[in-house]
Amino acid sequence: MNIASFLTARRGKSRWDWTDYFTFSWLGFGLIIMFGPAVWLTLSSFKSPAQLSEFPPTVLPYVAQTVEVEVRGQKKQLPLYEVKLDTGETKVLAELRRIGIISKLVDPADPETTYKVNIKQRTPVREIGLATENYTKPLKDFNFGQFLYNSVFVTVFATLITLVTNSMAAFALSKYQFRGRNGVLLVVIGTLMIPISVIIVPLYSVISSVGLLNSLWGVILPTVATPTGVFLLRQYMLTIPDELLEAARMDDASEWQIYWRIVLPLTAPALAVLAIFSVVWRWNDFLWPLIVLGRKELFTLQVGLNTFAGELNVQWHFILAMTVASMIPVVIVFVFLQRYITTGIAGSGVK
Amino acid sequence: MALFKNFSIGAALAVPISYLANAVDVPLRWWQRVAGQGGMISFFLIPNMLIFAMFVIVPLAINIVYSVTGGTELFLTERSYVGTEHFDRLLDCSEYTDPNSCREDLFWIAIWNTVKFVFTQVSIMVLIAMITALILNGKIRARGFWRAVFFFPVLLSPVVVGLIWQWMLQRQGVFNFFLFQFDMESINWLTERSWAFGAAVGVSVWAHVGFYVLILLAGLQAIPKDLYEAAEMDGTKPGRAFWRITLPLLWPNLLVVIVLALIRAVQIFDEVYVLTGGGPGTSNLYLTQYIYEVGFASILRNPGVASAASLIMALVLVVLTLAQLGLTRWRDKQ
Repeated sequence: MNIASFLTARRGKSRWDWTDYFTFSWLGFGLIIMFGPAVWLTLSSFKSPAQLSEFPPTVLPYVAQTVEVEVRGQKKQLPLYEVKLDTGETKVLAELRRIGIISKLVDPADPETTYKVNIKQRTPVREIGLATENYTKPLKDFNFGQFLYNSVFVTVFATLITLVTNSMAAFALSKYQFRGRNGVLLVVIGTLMIPISVIIVPLYSVISSVGLLNSLWGVILPTVATPTGVFLLRQYMLTIPDELLEAARMDDASEWQIYWRIVLPLTAPALAVLAIFSVVWRWNDFLWPLIVLGRKELFTLQVGLNTFAGELNVQWHFILAMTVASMIPVVIVFVFLQRYITTGIAGSGVK
Repeated sequence: MALFKNFSIGAALAVPISYLANAVDVPLRWWQRVAGQGGMISFFLIPNMLIFAMFVIVPLAINIVYSVTGGTELFLTERSYVGTEHFDRLLDCSEYTDPNSCREDLFWIAIWNTVKFVFTQVSIMVLIAMITALILNGKIRARGFWRAVFFFPVLLSPVVVGLIWQWMLQRQGVFNFFLFQFDMESINWLTERSWAFGAAVGVSVWAHVGFYVLILLAGLQAIPKDLYEAAEMDGTKPGRAFWRITLPLLWPNLLVVIVLALIRAVQIFDEVYVLTGGGPGTSNLYLTQYIYEVGFASILRNPGVASAASLIMALVLVVLTLAQLGLTRWRDKQ
C-alpha cells in the first residue's frame, strides 16, 4: 500500500460523498499550511543572497555552476553561462570578466577564442546546490555559537532544577498531611495562570536587587518554580498508593529514600512530560530573557535571533539559516517525543 | 519508562546521580531524627516555595506598591506615594471608545486593539480547531499523523514563528508570488494597517490552533460511540446527531477551550512583536507590548504606569482564570 492510499483510506463506507472530499481537502490544505512554511524556510535558508532576491522565487536552492579553465597558463574557476551569440547559435561559455554591460567570455573547450556579448544575452548555468556558507559564516563571524551555548545552558539547568524542586514540593503536597497544606495548594493553583507579562516590572527590580541582572541565572530562576509542574506532578503522585510508603517506612527507609527510591521512579511518566514541556518552554522563552539580558554575549538564541533580524535587516540568508538552526532541537523533540506531549496535553490541559 | 531505557547517556548519568542521592541521605537522616517528619516536609517544600515566593509572590506585592508610587526609580524606598494617580492617568478619557480623547492614548489604543484581536483570533481559532477536531475524530486512517501535523507549529518559538511568517509575507515573499501567478497586485502584508492586523491574527491562529485541536479531540473521543450507533439505528441524520449528541457532550470542553484561548489571546505579544514590531504605526500594539514599552523600552520609562496597566490586565486575567477553573471543575463533574 503506498502512502497516498494509506493516508486517504477511510474506515467503513466504500463510496465517496461530499464529506469525504471536504475531509481530505481540509487535511491536505492543513498539511500544506502547517508544514509548508517550515519547509519553505529550510529550502530558502540554503539559497544564496542573489537567489533570495529573485522574483519569482525558485523552489529548490541552486548554485551557479563553475568550470576550471586555463587562461594564459593560469588555472581559474570561472562561472558558466549559456550565451546566445550574435550568429544565432547558443553556447555554454565561461565568463572571464564583465565590463559594464559587456561580458567577456571564453570557451572552456577552446580557451584561445574569446567572445564579447551584451550581458542580456547570457543566462547563468545553475545546478541544484546548497549555499552552506549561510550556516558556517554566522558560526564563525557572529556570536551564534555563544547564543547556542547560552540557550543550552538555560534550558538544561532550568529543566533540572524544575524537575527536582517541583517533584519535591509535589511529594510534600501529596504524601503528607500537615497544617497549611491547603493554603499552599491554593497559592499554587491561584498563580497557575499569572503570566510573566503581569509581573515583569517588579520581577525586574527583584532580579536586579539580588544581583542577577545580566546573568543567565536571572533568566533561569524565576521560571523554575512552575505552578504547572507542581500541579501536574502532584496529581500524578496522588495515584501512588500510600501503603507502598508505609511498607518502606517499616523497612527503616528514610523520608528522603522514600521520595528518591519509591515515589520518583513511579512518577517517571509525569516527570518525562514535565521535562519535555520544560525544555520546549525554556528553549522558546523570549520576553523575559530579552529584559534580563542586556549584554550581547549573554543572549539566548531567541533573543539573539531577534536582535540579529533587527540589525541585519536585509541579510535574509543569514537570518533564515539561523532560524532553521534554532528550530532543530524543537523539531527533534517533535519527531521523537510528540506522542508524549500530545497525550500529556490531552490528559492535563496544560501547555 | 521506555523513554529513558534506551538512552545510554541516561544510564551513564544515573550512576553519579544515585551516588549523590545516597550521599545526601546521610545528613537528611540526621535531620529527620532531629526535626521529625515536619522538618522533612519543610525540606521538601522550601526550595520550590522559596523560589516561588521570591519570583512570583513578592513581585505581585511590589507591583501593587509600584502602581501607587511615582518616579522612575525601581527601589521601593526611593519612590513616593502618589495614590491612584497612575490609574487616574490611565483611565482619564473623555470618550473611552476614542483613544485620541484619552490622556494615555497609547494605552487605550492597545486596549481596543487587544479587544479586537481577542475576538477575531479566538472566534476564528476555535472554529478551525472545532472543524479539525471533528474531522480527525471521523473515520480516517493515521489519526496520530494528522494530529501531529496540526500540532507541529505549537512547539515553535514565537521568534521563529514571527521570522518564518515575516519571510513568507514580505514584499517578494511566497504569498505575493501566488498573487503574481494569478495576475493580481502584490500586497504589503506587513506594512498596510488592515493586512498587518489580519496577518497577526492569522499567524497566531497558525501557531496555537493545534493545542486546542488536541483538547477538543480528546473531548470528542471521550463521547461513547454507542450513542452514535443508537442514533444511526433510529435513522438520525448526521447533522442532527451533531447538534443533539456531539455538541451538548462536548460543550464543557469547548467552554474550557474558549476561556483558555481568551486568556492566551489577551496576553498576545511575542510573535506579533517579532513579526511587525507592533506596527505599522500602532495597528498591532497590544497590552503586553504597551506594558513592556512603558516599563522598559521607551524613553518615557514609567514603572508606576506600567504596573498600573499590568494590574488592570491582571484583573481581566483573574476573572477569566476563575471562570476557567470553575468550568474545569464543572466539566470534570459532568
